[in-house]
Formats: sequence, structure tokens, C-alpha cells
Amino acid sequence: MTMTDPPGQAFTLEQWRLIEQLSQSLGSVQARWLSGYFAGFDAGLRQALPQTASFPEAVAAAATAPAARKLTILYGTETGNSAQIAKDLAKAAEAAGLTPKVADMADYKQRELGQEQDLLVVVSTHGDGDPPQPATAFFEFVEGRKAPKLPDVRFAVLALGDTSYEFFCQGGKRLDKRLEELGAQRLIDCVECDVDYEENAESWVDAIVAKLGAEMSAPAVAASVAPVEALSAATAGAHDKRNPFPATVIENIPIVGRGSSKETRHIEFSLAGSGLTYEPGDALGIAASNDPATVAALLDALGLSPDATFDLKGQMVAIGEALTHRFEITAVVPRFLDYWAMLSEASALKQLLDEEHAGERAVFLRTHHIIDVVRRFPVKDVMPQGFVSALRPLQPRLYSIASSLAAMPEEAHLTVSPVRYELHGEARSGVVSGMLADRVAPDATLPVYVQSNPHFRLPGDDAPIIMIGAGTGVAPYRAFMQEREARGSTGRSWLFFGERNFRTDFLYQTEWQSWLKDSTLTRMDVAFSRDRTEKVYVQHRLKEQGRDLFAWLEEGAHVYVCGDASNLAPDVHTALIDIVAEQARIGREAAEDYVRSLQADHRYQRDVY
Amino acid sequence: MTAKTIDRSRDLSQSLDKLSADERMKAASDYLRGTIAHGLLDRITGAMPSAGDVKLMKFQGIYQQDDRDLRDERRRQKLEPAYQFMIRVRMPGGVCTPEQWLKLDGLARQHGSQTLRVTTRQTFQFHWVLKDSLRPIIQGLHEVLLDTVAACGDDSRGVMCTVNPESSLFHAQIAALAKQVSDHVIPKTRAYHEIWYGAERIASSGPEEPFYGRTYMPRKFKIGFALPPSNDIDVFAQDVGFIAIGDANGLQGFNVAIGGGMGRTDNAPETYPRLASVIGFIPADKVFACADAAMTVQRDYGDRKDRMHARFKYTIDDKGLDWIKAEIERHMGSKFEAERPYEFTSNGDVFGWVETPDGRHHLTLFVENGRLDLAWLDTLRDVARIHTGKFRMTANQNVIIADVEADDRAAIDAVLESHGKAPGHVSALRRNSIACVALPTCGLAMAESERYLPTLIDKLEPILANHGLAEEPITIRMSGCPNGCSRPYIGEIALTGRAPGKYNLYLGGGFRGERLNRMVLENAGESAILETLDEVLGRYAKEREPGEHFGDFTIRAGIVREVTEGRFFND
Repeated sequence: MTMTDPPGQAFTLEQWRLIEQLSQSLGSVQARWLSGYFAGFDAGLRQALPQTASFPEAVAAAATAPAARKLTILYGTETGNSAQIAKDLAKAAEAAGLTPKVADMADYKQRELGQEQDLLVVVSTHGDGDPPQPATAFFEFVEGRKAPKLPDVRFAVLALGDTSYEFFCQGGKRLDKRLEELGAQRLIDCVECDVDYEENAESWVDAIVAKLGAEMSAPAVAASVAPVEALSAATAGAHDKRNPFPATVIENIPIVGRGSSKETRHIEFSLAGSGLTYEPGDALGIAASNDPATVAALLDALGLSPDATFDLKGQMVAIGEALTHRFEITAVVPRFLDYWAMLSEASALKQLLDEEHAGERAVFLRTHHIIDVVRRFPVKDVMPQGFVSALRPLQPRLYSIASSLAAMPEEAHLTVSPVRYELHGEARSGVVSGMLADRVAPDATLPVYVQSNPHFRLPGDDAPIIMIGAGTGVAPYRAFMQEREARGSTGRSWLFFGERNFRTDFLYQTEWQSWLKDSTLTRMDVAFSRDRTEKVYVQHRLKEQGRDLFAWLEEGAHVYVCGDASNLAPDVHTALIDIVAEQARIGREAAEDYVRSLQADHRYQRDVY
Repeated sequence: MTAKTIDRSRDLSQSLDKLSADERMKAASDYLRGTIAHGLLDRITGAMPSAGDVKLMKFQGIYQQDDRDLRDERRRQKLEPAYQFMIRVRMPGGVCTPEQWLKLDGLARQHGSQTLRVTTRQTFQFHWVLKDSLRPIIQGLHEVLLDTVAACGDDSRGVMCTVNPESSLFHAQIAALAKQVSDHVIPKTRAYHEIWYGAERIASSGPEEPFYGRTYMPRKFKIGFALPPSNDIDVFAQDVGFIAIGDANGLQGFNVAIGGGMGRTDNAPETYPRLASVIGFIPADKVFACADAAMTVQRDYGDRKDRMHARFKYTIDDKGLDWIKAEIERHMGSKFEAERPYEFTSNGDVFGWVETPDGRHHLTLFVENGRLDLAWLDTLRDVARIHTGKFRMTANQNVIIADVEADDRAAIDAVLESHGKAPGHVSALRRNSIACVALPTCGLAMAESERYLPTLIDKLEPILANHGLAEEPITIRMSGCPNGCSRPYIGEIALTGRAPGKYNLYLGGGFRGERLNRMVLENAGESAILETLDEVLGRYAKEREPGEHFGDFTIRAGIVREVTEGRFFND
């Protein structure tokens, strides 16, 4: 940020010199904090001295002085990370005197695209390089023939992704390429972020804000125009991903009956004293820690003592502690493969790095954990610092919340099915799901935060809803029913639930039964795939009920899908199109349009993983 | 007594609104259809969603139950109780063919948790049956001409018949009669065919239930045939018992006994077990007329306001035995002749091979409490594959491989041997023991029975041996509740459950099934029970007369006061 002329009467020259001096030494976080501080100072002044009106007015005049280009921050998100970055970016931009507008691709009016001037995009990638589900329609529009030419638009893209997937950051890359094709001018290069996106994202935000801020002719005094929310965000100590709340586990029991092939558990957290709130549809993030046994085994394979210390970003930490709480130590990511191939000089590993061996590489990554690689290709004298540099930071895990605050004040319930499988003759468990199942007793505390999921929301109280879920995907619907019961909602509701066996796996059976009895839940259809020789899944039940289901859609029903992304979601999607085609007696394309418009109207929402 | 003095305020003559809710439920059921067919399709619950349907299904041989061992656990898991069904087969006289046996075996393996239960009314029960398996089982039974009609419910239950080979002179003839009587007295509604076989509902010109009408019987009604000298079916526990009288010239007819029944309720002295009263003799060709007449009297005069007071035994005691007898005669169109002499020697089974005068051989196998587990199923499936005769289920829950040609005995012995099921030594007390099913499946049980009696006998055997009574046959019967499926109130030693681990102890029942017992301990735990039995058995060993049975001894010695009639049971 550079500041040239003092803003007229707003400050004395002495004041301005001090501000200039201070601002040159500020980091972005400090600047943000100060903006909140002065906003609060402003608010306090106005309360104490209501008669001194000239100060804010003058500032407002100063802020509107520069002929700013229109700035839009557009995000596409499924889990909320992009939305968070977009909001951070907006604050930083505001702090730099810019006046950004933040929009979700899911709500963005497509015809406005042609009128944009500066467009900053934050978007994540899911599945096989797909955009976030709520952003699907935006991508279709931008990548389609109807997209306008954008010669006057400047843009920058921040792409979020996960290097453990083949099409890393593809969603962001696609937009970056397409915007250029449409004639827009790239402000800065697309930045691709892995799951540990925070640092990269922050530097991208700093870079783009610095670039746009520098163009501002007027030396907008950021401090006084910063929104008051910045103060509360910066000073209230609210719990979020970076500052999770240690929540006490108040219940942790298996809710599948004896003889089940599953281990699904019901877990209740107390949020008392956290100030955390959530809405039905939101997720709870749980900061992970690795199984101590896995850590010990890995250290053993590496020949490292858990107490060996090393420098991690300027701090001396013990490797045992770092591997337990700071890094992912199970799944192998390409970065680790590169590193270990170099270190071990194993030709079998080096070979996998070649582009022509991409298929074998994918199989290898799927079938090996880090410990398997370390054991199979042993290396002597591994340095802790080098080793962790090849690892990804340990990421929190998100679980759809299975309760409503309206029914369960200060609690968050989860439905968790531990991931279990065998690799190389050893039983393996999911990091957090295994921890919850095996190592977390009631009264233990775990760091948690709320992850908002604005694209999985109940409609108005009188709107009908159709909830489709399999397995633990039923969790948010328990939240929906609790909420609707507490609110006395009049809208009809219909639940489709699928699992393996009726007798043991009918999650929350008695609760659905009582909601059916009191008509909070209007209808319920279930599909248990392993009770009979022929497998029955929820999409079969959907089709059986096609006529009624279409009638509900025509009456304005909102459709929700929650659960498995690879099978359930596409199968249900196809079933919906089939049902519409059959019931409306229209062609397949028209049926696809019908379903697409449901999505565009936010009447078809998915939370799949 | 004239009809004028008979109280009709509680019977069929009253309008439905004055009778019990169950009467209205039956009347509204459209001849037992209810909404059963609809409830079977409900996928949200493993139970029948309508409580009325649960009762109606009993008329079709099906009890809704749940695994009581898992109730608490599943409640915490937010799962409904582990609902399941018990299906009771109608098997008049307890006789089935090897082909039927193999079908029962296959259905139990596929749908019944690999177990079958032989019951005290000579039939089979499937347990642990899930709702979706009800139709497959009932349709499977239909393939071998078996059904489950009226195995429970307010109707005439499965008809019993002595199977003891030592009484085999008229067995074939009377077993056939039992089957005919059963077919004659069961409900005629087509509901069963429609619900379970998927038959179309067809318009009928006549009434659907010419005998029963819309409200069926006031309560269950039990008929049995006994062939002296064996009283293996406990003929005095039947609502109507036919005691076969015959000689070298063949079957002459039957002494008729009416008003037996076990059920009672704790702390309700107006309820009591009753042994049937012999009211005379009928020639063999009057059996149908007599059964119809007795059922008509009970149908018309039985209490329909209070189900605890609705059995035939109470109707008889309320109206008077003579009046009831006269009513039966009026409906039968003939008088009873004088009772003919007969003698029962035991209500137990005779184990091992027995040869009958027709040159056939019969092997009675001891099956503890009638529980055919997988080992027994495997054994008897192999027997059924080579057996050319019949199987008979005894009222003491044992199995007879009957009508074996002399040449085939060795092959059957070899099969049993190969499965380790060759008859071995079983103590006399255990051989004469009966336990009902009780926990974890029976909804009525208040205490263990089938899972506990063998353990209790383990503890009694050394006591008996200590007193030199190891080979003395003594009947011991246990029920998990006071309703009396194991016919406990006739046992020389009997226990009925009050609470987990707590039982009433009764002594003094007749070894031949001819006398009720009386309660000597109430709500007692195992140690008190063992202590009392140790003392009384010790006295029996020392003071008994030659050939004197334990029950008879306790009366003579004044340890218990004889119960001469059911209505004095609680005195």
C-alpha cells in the first residue's frame, strides 16, 4: 500500500505522517487488526460524542473519492473453504480502500458477468476435476456458448484442490483458462492450493490486494471504513477452523444392532460455553490426531526416536508430536512419492514418476500408505525436517451435524461410520473416524468448529422437502426433522433412506417412527441392500414412487441428497431425470433441463462426500 | 336349574358395546382379515403396525414377539425392539411324514434361525422369524399340506392325541379322528388363503363362519384324545378331553371330560387351574356332535366381558356342571351314557425302542424341552431321509420315530450313532421334565424357563442321588409365567415364574395327571427352592410306601393339602 497525499481536512499533517510511518511497517494481519480497532474506536466515539458528526462524514467523502473499478469476488464452494477465503479477501480489499462485492457462484446472476470489471475467483475442485456442486450451473454457463465476451474484464483465480486427486485444482484451472479465452485480462497467475491452503491463499490475497490497492489514486484510509464486524471477528476470540473449541464428548455409542456389518456410531458433543452456533445442514469440523500406534510404527520403520527434535517453521518440535498432531501420515501424496523416490533411489519408485506410468502410479498411491512405502523401500538416516516437508498438514475432518440447536441446545450430534480396511495384511482405520470409534470416550474433549454449509438448507416452513440419504448421509435429515419439529413447520417431508440390513442398520429407526407418528415426517421409504439376494438401493425406491415424487416436485418440493459421492449421488441424479422424463412425458434433455433448473433454483441441494 | 336362572349378562347375547374391546376388534376384523396384508408391507417396522392385527394373527398361528435379551441395548441404539415372530404349526395328533419333516427342517434352516421347537401340544414352533419370512414359511408349509390355522387365537386349537406306542392299539384310528376333528373345528374364513397364499377374495353365498360367527370363541378352546393307559396328553388339561374306551373288539367310544385348563393369574384368586370333569360316555360316532355341542355351549355362554374369566372352565363352574352337561346333551341330540372304567398309569413318555403288536417298532427320543437345535436338526434330517414311517411329537416335547419296520431299525440307530445322538442315560427327573419357551422370545415370560430348568435339574440330581431317588420318576414342570404352557399345575414338582430368578413352587400334583398341585413357596429364589425340595424329597425317600409316587406322598404325609377341585386351588 502506498499513500501519497494527505486526505484534506480529515487528518492533520502530523497525524498523516504517523499513519504513513506506521503503515509501512504493518503486515496484513496487523493491518486488519488495526482496521477493526479503529472501527471500534469510531463506534465508541460516536456513542460518547454523538454531536461530532463531521469525522465520519469526512471519511466517507474521502473513501468515495477515487473512481474505483467495480470489484467482484466470486466463490464456488462445497465445504465452505472458498467462501471463507472470499470473505477474508473482501476484508483485506476493504482495508485497502476497495469496495468489493462478494457473490456465491450458486446465487450469481449470470447476465451480470458481462458487466464485471475486476473479477476475483476462489473456487474448489471435487471428484474428477469437477466444480463444487452448487457452482455447476455457473460453470456450464461460463464454459458454454452463451458466455459473453469479456474484453473489459480483469481477473484472478485462486484454485483450491487436493493433490491426492488426479485432477488437482481442475475447477480453478478451467475457469482461469476460460476467462482468458473470453478475452479477459489476467491480473496475476492462477494459484493452486492443496488441502493446506491457508498460506498460499493468504499470499494470493495479499498479492492481489496489493496490486489493486496500488492502483487506487486516492490514499483511502482503510482504518476508518473497515466494517465493524472486522472488530468482532478479530477480537472476540470466536472459534473457527484456526481456533477450534475443545468440545466435550457427552455420548459415543454404536447405533447399529448386534451382527451388523457396520460400526456406525452416534456421537454427541457439548458446545456449552463455545459461542458456536450452527444451522441444520452445517458440518462440524474435528481437528484430527493420528493413532499413536500408527505414529509409533512409522517412527520405528524410519528408525527415528519420537523425541528427535527439528525446526518446524522456526519452532523446535519433537517428531513424535509433529507426526501425531501436525501431519497426515497415512495416504501417500505425489509430493511424498517424489521425495521418497529421490531419497531411496529405488528404481521401482522412480519409474512411477514417469508420465507414462500414471496408471500404475495411481494404483500404487491407492494401495500404499506412507508406512508401507517406508517399509518397502527402506532409507537410512532420514532427517525429520526433510521427511515432514514431504507430508501434508493434518486436516480437520468434516461431519454433517445430525442435530438441531432448536431441539438440542448447545449440542452437536454426529453420525460416524468408521472407515476400516486392510492393506498389506494390516488393519487400517480412518484418521478421525477411527479415533472417534476407538479412542474417544465420553468426557474426552476434541477440538471442533462449525463449517457452514449454505447450500444445504431447509426451505421455508411450509415448503415440502424430499430427503434422500444412505448410511451416515441420513445425519443432516435428523437435524432437519428436529428443526422442523421444534419450529412446528407445516411443510410435508419425505425421507428415502438406504443401508445394508433392516434389522441392524436402520439408523435412528425409533426417531423416524415417532416423527412419522406425529407427522413431522410425512412419508418414509427404505432400501436395505443386503436383506435379499437382489440388491435394492434408494434410487430403486425413488423410481417405485416416481409418480408421487414428481407430484411433490411440481408442488415445489426441495430435494436433498446426502451421502456417497461416487455411487449414490450420480445414481439418484439419473433416477430423478428418469422420473421427470417418465412422469412429465418429456424427452431426456428436457428432463435434464428440469432437474438443472431445480438446481438453479436451489431446490436440489447435495452434500456428498 | 332352568335356563331362566342363567345369567346372560356377559355372553354373546349382549350387544358388542357391552362386551370387551377384543370382542369388538374380532367383530370388526372382517373375519380375521384386519389390515394384516397391508401391515406386512410396512418396511419401517419389523412389527405389525396395528395392535389389532397382532391379535388377529394369533388366529393364524403367528405370535409377534421380540428378543427380550436385546430390548435395552436396542433402545439405547435408537432401534426398535428386535421384532420377530413365532409361527406355530397345526399338526393334529402330532403326526407328520418324513416329507413334511424335511420341509419343516428346510424352512427352519432358511427362515427360523436354524431351530425348531417341539411344543407341549405336539406341534412345531418356528422362532426368530422376521416379518418378510412369514409368507415364505407359510407357503412352504402349504406345499406339504401343513398350515398354521388356529394354532393360537380364540378358536379351537390344535387337536391332541396320545402317541405313546404302548397305547398303539387304536392309535392310527384315533390320530385320524383327531385330524378330522381339527379340520372340522377350525375357522373357515378365507382370510388365511388371501393373506398368506395370495388367493383372490371370492364372493361366497353362505356365511363365512357358519359356526363361529364374527366374534369366534370367548377364548381358546382345547380338544384332546387320550388312549389309556397313557395320559401323555394330559387329557384333564383340555377343554374337552376324549378318553378312548375299547377292547379286543375295537374302539367302543369315549369317556368325555370337560372344563380343563391351566391358565391363572398371580394375585387374582378368582382365577385358577382346573382339571376336566368326566361327564359320561359317548359312542365313537358321536365325537363330532359332542365336540360341536360343547363348543356351542361355550361359544354362547362363555364370558365375553372379562378375558381372564372366559375359559370354558369358568363357564362350567359358574353355570354348574350338570346344567352344562344337559346343554351339551341338548345340542348333541343324545344323552351321555355312564362313564366307563379306564386306568391311566402315567402322563410321561416311554423312551427307547418299543415294538407294537402290529410288528412295528417305535423309538422315543428324549429332546430336552423340545428344543431341536442344529445338531438335532442335522440328525433328524438324516433320519427323515431314510425313514419310511411317521414322526410323532409327544405332549412332553419329545420325538418318536414311529412305524419302523424291524429291518430298518439298525439303519436308524446308525444315523443316530453317527450324530452322537444315540439314546444315552438321562436321569428320571430330567426325562419327566417340561419347560415352556419363556425368555428371550415369549412376551409373557416373567422369568427364565427353557434356559434355566436344565440347570436347576443339574442341581437337583445330586440331591435325588443323595436320597437314593435317582431312578424314581418324578414329574417337574416349569413355566416362565402363570399361564401354564408347560401344564405346571399338574406337576408333582412345579415352578412358575414371578420375576427374574423368582418362582412359585408347587407340590402334590398327580403322576398320572389326575390331580392339581398346590403352592408351597411364593416368589422364592433358587436356594429356598432347593432347600425345600431337599427336605421333602428326604422325607419321601424315608417314609414312602412301595410304589407310592412323590405327589401322592406329599398329600398323604400332609405336606400339602390336596386340591380336590380347581376352584379350591387358591384356598
